[in-house]
Amino acid sequence: MKKLSLIALLLLVIRRDLLLAMRRRADVLTTLIFFVMVVSLFPLGVGPELDMLRKMAPGVVWVAALLASMLSLARLFAADYADGTLEQMMLAPQSLSVLVLGKMVAHWMVSGLPLVLMAPVLGLQFDMAPQALGILMFGLLLGTPVLSMLGAVGAALTLGLRGGGVLVSLLVLPLCIPVLIFGTGAVEAVNSGLSPNANLALMGAIVTMALVFTPWVTAQALRISME
Amino acid sequence: MAINWFKYSAPTNFYSLAGKLIPWFAAAALLLFAAGMYVGFVVAPTDAVQGEAYRIMFIHVPASILSMFVYLIMAGYAALGLIFKTRLSAMMASALAPTGALFAFISLWTGALWGKPMWGAWWVWDARLTSELILLFLYLGFIALHASIDDPRRADRAAALLAIVGSVNVPIIYFSVKWWNTLHQGSTIKFSGTSMHVAMQQALLLMLLACWCYAIAVALARVRSIILEREGATQWVGELSEVRS
Repeated sequence: MKKLSLIALLLLVIRRDLLLAMRRRADVLTTLIFFVMVVSLFPLGVGPELDMLRKMAPGVVWVAALLASMLSLARLFAADYADGTLEQMMLAPQSLSVLVLGKMVAHWMVSGLPLVLMAPVLGLQFDMAPQALGILMFGLLLGTPVLSMLGAVGAALTLGLRGGGVLVSLLVLPLCIPVLIFGTGAVEAVNSGLSPNANLALMGAIVTMALVFTPWVTAQALRISME
Repeated sequence: MAINWFKYSAPTNFYSLAGKLIPWFAAAALLLFAAGMYVGFVVAPTDAVQGEAYRIMFIHVPASILSMFVYLIMAGYAALGLIFKTRLSAMMASALAPTGALFAFISLWTGALWGKPMWGAWWVWDARLTSELILLFLYLGFIALHASIDDPRRADRAAALLAIVGSVNVPIIYFSVKWWNTLHQGSTIKFSGTSMHVAMQQALLLMLLACWCYAIAVALARVRSIILEREGATQWVGELSEVRS
């Protein structure tokens, strides 16, 4: 069997997962609709005063993105686990970390990227300033991959367990708190006339760290869950 | 004579060692606790600023310190178990988790009781309070993951990995919460940098030692139960006098 180069392997896994996702488009849309719904519920709950909504907007969008990404985590490995593909992937003489990274990237493109693109529309509902909208989007662009990567660790640990969905949220949400803080912090900094660079730089540091460690940790978690 | 460093990493040997150690640690915990209470309530003077309510710190501070240390120790045992595949390390990690969670809870609870008279609120989003709350969540996640996996070997290893990931995250969470807090509002009240009264320091130290001894005694008692549960089918458990009777 020919050993693929790492980049080729990565691209192969991403293409395969995207193709599978496109065959089941409803799943992708459900996450996005959930995100829009949660954000739209907040004004109904707290009242329509624009001043308050404008202040709440970044937090609401971020928390909704966090919840939406938790919702889609169950799909990350479950289907491959159920039909035995995951076992074959682990037996394959390829780097499991890179394979997992490919699945993370595909998962982000399917469940994270739509949220990033949708966020400005929701921000307008909350009367956010254009500049703040840009930073919110940029922060989400940096932060949602981290949610997918940390989520993958949780999804791998809870593979095939009863009530896995709720358990994943319990494990992963506390770990996502820094992303939430820096993401909303950047928008808040812009709103109060400060530079968002510090928050965004920290977010970048978190992305880099997650990119280095989480594929390997997820691979270990999969080995534990599959033995 | 060659020393067998790994003698007590075998559950068989550790079970009897733990049995011998528990009464000592339990007795020490009781004595230190009594002494700490005495010094804290009788000897230590009333605080000039905070009145009598400051005495809550004699349980609050040790509980907070312990809740953080126990997490580190738990993650350490978890890493040992994951790397060397020693059964006992994983058992110790799961024996420590409830104690750590308990301390985190006590710390939050007493903090709220102290905050009401001092700050006028049961809860403020102070950096330390918030990170303590997140620490409690991490403990609960560890316990929940361990509880929801039926196969004990897989449960040990999965929970160990989670504990290690959590311990890497703890500093990141702590600093992010700290910076978040300074961004939103200044810290409401701080302990002034003035030196504490000697009796207060002594009471605090005594209570801290008491909490350490309590934590060790309870963890050892719990690990004995876990050993019995896991090794129930083996011959040496069947030969124990407490099992046979």
